[in-house]
Amino acid sequence: MSKIFALAGVVIRELYRRKDFYVLFVLTALLTLAAGAVNFFHDDKIVRYVKDICLLLIWVSALVIAIVTTARQIPAEREARTIFPLLAKPVSRAQVIAGKFLGCWLASGVALVVFYFFFAVITGSKEHLWPWAVYLEAGWMQWAMLAIVIAMVLLGSIYFAAPSSTSTISLIVVVGILLLGTHLKVIALQQPEPLQSILTAAYFFMPHLEWYDLRDFVVYDMGRVPVRAVALATVYAAVWTWIFLLLAWLGFRRKNLTT
Amino acid sequence: MTAILQTQKLRVEYRSRELRQAGKVALRGLDLEVHAGEVFGFLGPNGAGKTTTMNVLLGFVPPTSGAASLFGIDVRQPIARQRIGYLPELTYYYKFLTAEELLRFYAKIFGLARAETDRRIASLLKLVELESAAKRPIRSYSKGMQQRVGLAQSLINNPDLLILDEPTSGLDPLGRMKVREIIQRLKEQGKTVFFSSHELGEVETICDRVAIVHQGELKAVGTVAGISAGHANLEQAFLKLVGFQPNPAS
Ligand SMILES: Nc1ncnc2c1ncn2[C@@H]1O[C@H](COP(=O)(O)OP(=O)(O)OP(=O)(O)O)[C@@H](O)[C@H]1O
Ligand SMILES: [Mg+2]
Repeated sequence: MSKIFALAGVVIRELYRRKDFYVLFVLTALLTLAAGAVNFFHDDKIVRYVKDICLLLIWVSALVIAIVTTARQIPAEREARTIFPLLAKPVSRAQVIAGKFLGCWLASGVALVVFYFFFAVITGSKEHLWPWAVYLEAGWMQWAMLAIVIAMVLLGSIYFAAPSSTSTISLIVVVGILLLGTHLKVIALQQPEPLQSILTAAYFFMPHLEWYDLRDFVVYDMGRVPVRAVALATVYAAVWTWIFLLLAWLGFRRKNLTT
Repeated sequence: MTAILQTQKLRVEYRSRELRQAGKVALRGLDLEVHAGEVFGFLGPNGAGKTTTMNVLLGFVPPTSGAASLFGIDVRQPIARQRIGYLPELTYYYKFLTAEELLRFYAKIFGLARAETDRRIASLLKLVELESAAKRPIRSYSKGMQQRVGLAQSLINNPDLLILDEPTSGLDPLGRMKVREIIQRLKEQGKTVFFSSHELGEVETICDRVAIVHQGELKAVGTVAGISAGHANLEQAFLKLVGFQPNPAS
């Protein structure tokens, strides 16, 4: 376990020493701040609109950070040939996968904490409402979803060597699921037969990332989701994460790595 | 004598990316045994299969058939690499880390205790003369400095067996001498060193035994004196074994 944490530590250290992520990070923080500076005039519609925009920004930013960071982990190790001195140590490839996953997931967690903190402070200072439990739930669910996404991208990065193709494909798949996920069952019913079964099957066999989107609960002050639902969703996320990590390991395990 | 590095009928075939093309056979049934405490030179022309052998020993490439073990443990198990150090032919290290951070990271991978880690890092930085640059990112190092970081990381766990792939290539004469000195010192400490090289002069001076491979097959193995017997020197013996015919006109 300490080996996995050591590997994760390197991932995180690289992230905070890279400038490009600062840019995205600072940009999101600044935009959130700017949105907060808009005078709300106590108009509910504008308040919601601004909150909606801020949350969208947080979602997009967190996804991009998670996907881009994860996609380059293993290809960069191979490209820079740092994978060789690493694997020549008593570390298994499963541990390398686990360490990379953990590093990316923890880093995205830190980003989420900062983003939600900004969001809370800004809306709180305007509305004088501090629904911490709602934010905590929304943030936790988003983090759980990012676990699935990161594991999936890690799997992709084993097969597509170029980080840019892994990132692009992952982003399309993730955004596709987020936008179409809930509607797929309905869409399926309107299709002719072979397609209908395929889409219905896809609905049941895909990771439902859209379930983790609690933005409406935050924007419309809808209160909290029952803890049991959150717990179930967490288990579901853990299962999917585990499946993707297992597949990534199976792909990586027998890979020829030539110096 | 116990073999601490062993390959048995080791065969490696690289599958080609194109579907219909046949794979490339890099090793054809290589049998090798390296004993505790010896400095073993692994020789052969370009493309002979030296790096491939090391790639199998380190678990980078699975053997197509045959077996390889370190300290009697199959190389497919990570624990086989607990007591070895490895210096790749050409490698870069995490550029965003400092030399000290890099060594600390690898020490964690070996599961070394904190105090032990501090002690080893201090002595290794001294050994490779990187003390003054230890807190700078590796990004800012020259090529020779990066090679020295490589040497330091290969020794972090105080290994009993060192696997070095052309450790002196790309170094200046002073650097080469330093590496030879370090190999000598390790030998005096009772360590085993397995290294590949094209520098036959160097091999003659520091190796207890050598093996010569050619086209994935073992051509000769023995002491330098044994292999050179009947030839002017090791180089002549080497050329003969890999099938080079001297031009009679010259
Ligand atoms: N990834 C690979 N895919 C296909 N063939 C490879 C691969 N790596 C090596 N080979 C082939 O395997 C053979 C052995 O290569 P290897 O790198 O082991 O030689 P070497 O003895 O280390 O040579 P050198 O002295 O040049 O370093 C060569 O014919 C090489 O072309
Ligand atoms: Mg080689």
